[in-house]
Amino acid sequence: MKIPAYYGFWHHLGAWLLKTSSWLVLLFLILPILVIVPLSFNVEPFFSFTEGMLTLQPEAYSLRWYSAILNDDKWLLAIKNSFLIGICATVIATVLGTCAAVGLARDDMPARRLITALLLSPMIVPLIITAAGIFFFYSNLGLAGNYLGVIIAHAALGTPFVIITVTATLTGFDYSLARAALNLGATPLRVFFDIIMPLIRPGVISGALFAFITSFDEVVVILFMAGPQQRTIPRQMFSGLREQINPSILAIATLLILVSIALLITLELLRRRSERMRGIEQNS
Amino acid sequence: MSSLTTTEANQASSARNRKRLTAFLFVVPLLVFILLSFVAPIASMLWRSVHHPTVTNLIPLTLQELQRWDGQNTPDTQTLSVFAKELHGLAKERQSGKLAEEFNRASAGMSSVVKATARKLARLQDEQLQQKGADILLASHRNWSKAEIWYAIQRAGKPYTYDYYLTALDLEIHQEHGIQVREDTQIYLQLYSKTLTMALVITLFCALLGYPLAYYLAGLPANRANLLLVLVLLPFWTSLLVRTTAWIALLQTNGVINSFLLGIGILDQPIEMLYTSFATVVAMTHILLPFMILPLYSVMRGIDPSYLRAALSLGAKPIPAFARIYFPMTLPGLSAGALLVFIISVGYYITPALVGGTDGQMISNIIAFHMQRSNNWELAAALGSLLLGLILLLYWVYDRFVGASNIKLG
Repeated sequence: MKIPAYYGFWHHLGAWLLKTSSWLVLLFLILPILVIVPLSFNVEPFFSFTEGMLTLQPEAYSLRWYSAILNDDKWLLAIKNSFLIGICATVIATVLGTCAAVGLARDDMPARRLITALLLSPMIVPLIITAAGIFFFYSNLGLAGNYLGVIIAHAALGTPFVIITVTATLTGFDYSLARAALNLGATPLRVFFDIIMPLIRPGVISGALFAFITSFDEVVVILFMAGPQQRTIPRQMFSGLREQINPSILAIATLLILVSIALLITLELLRRRSERMRGIEQNS
Repeated sequence: MSSLTTTEANQASSARNRKRLTAFLFVVPLLVFILLSFVAPIASMLWRSVHHPTVTNLIPLTLQELQRWDGQNTPDTQTLSVFAKELHGLAKERQSGKLAEEFNRASAGMSSVVKATARKLARLQDEQLQQKGADILLASHRNWSKAEIWYAIQRAGKPYTYDYYLTALDLEIHQEHGIQVREDTQIYLQLYSKTLTMALVITLFCALLGYPLAYYLAGLPANRANLLLVLVLLPFWTSLLVRTTAWIALLQTNGVINSFLLGIGILDQPIEMLYTSFATVVAMTHILLPFMILPLYSVMRGIDPSYLRAALSLGAKPIPAFARIYFPMTLPGLSAGALLVFIISVGYYITPALVGGTDGQMISNIIAFHMQRSNNWELAAALGSLLLGLILLLYWVYDRFVGASNIKLG
């Protein structure tokens, strides 16, 4: 923050306090996550720093927990499941969510407020309630304990995020472009894919990423309705943290942090692209 | 409209209807999907909390006989022998355990009574049962002659019931006094108030930590603010389990914080921080803080700093200027963030389950307990419905004041 010249002592103190407290909060946000990374290289089976680690002795560090993951069938299955379920759920959520967002953004949409609230509700209803309801209902349909059930449930949880991000790219969307294309004889389908889609693509992709991370990170529904064959990474971590804590959880956590960094970078690039495409100037 | 002919007006209105239909058709696939995969399961859960026909299906004839009962004394011999016969049949089919569990819910301690009686009856022949069923039943346990037990059975036999809601609210129904506060165990109301208190504390902490940071970031040049915002967004995007793991590593008895404090000599012995409500509050504040910072930041970015400067140059003291000029303009962001944090934390399950111990459990955890351990799905459904009602009320408030589709993501 720029401090004007007319500021007195109290102003300076205030500005300094603001800066210090802000940095403390930033440290509170980021340090717990960063602490995991060095701990995952611990040679001992502890969750804390050993003396050797603090004095930076190379033999106190090892990759044993990473190789433990790679040699454990349960973890490998969990990794495979997480991606399989996540990708399938994302595809369903993105297709349905994008389509719905296009409809909701139109001026002629009847009962928009009610329908929007309904479609966004999977994001608001506590997961424990969703999981309980889904468990009862899907068991009767034979969908509990198999991939299809989990994928459907995760797709439902992911759609609100797609709607929100796509709606955001559709605000300020110039419908005369679509009308012009229709006037020139394009079919509605062609208008959607050739005119609307390229403009909302950044929103669609970031919505898809949100849907993916929702499924990738979800554990409550899995906990209730998935069988042992559908264990995902978070599910495996959950039972690891409850039953036998060992640093392979920290190793997988470090890998997950890398995944989130990758996602964050992708989203930032998409945001810039979206702003450029819609002609919004970066006001700095 | 007056300048249009009837035909033109009709054309316009049919064109408008066609447009509305087109818009609606876009939404239909998702609407159907969400109704089937999400709304229907939740509706069926709500239904389960009031509809519970298990006992009705197990002893239909006894319940029919009980309709003639006066409710004062032991039911007549005919009723008792019909029950003895049905219990005999259930014991043969190995279904009596189910009945025992149901009766135990209606009246604590009945499980062993039903099981013992069922064992006794199972040994009898049909003729014996026909003649002496009622006597054997009465002889096997004194509970079978108590009117209040039969009253409980009669209530349990109703397919539609609000008894689970009574239990969820720490109430019970008594044959004579009607609805009254439960005498033996009162846990749920306390748990609800604890959950709300914890959610409130978490919201308050998020506001106290988030507000200055958002204010600081809003005052920075955009590129620098974006850079620092990464430190807010990275936790936001990091898996919940990872963040919970981090807090376990930090708060453990032999964890990072204790070792550090021991190492620099502040502590003589480690303090127990993990598995307490303190751990739940700290970890959840950390997890939910981005939900507070992001809406606050986006509102504060839009506020022209010249308002505050104008107030200051017109002679206002800094604190009143901030409180009366700047703060009111940030209220939309603050209320959006606070409502979001509160809504999310009221229904939280994973983090309390992992770091909360017995002390830091919230209402979600007891719902999970009834689903997984005690198998009392109906009570879980009733507790869940109350929680859902609370959340929907808050969601409605959020939608009114903030707008559901204005939820900011990243």
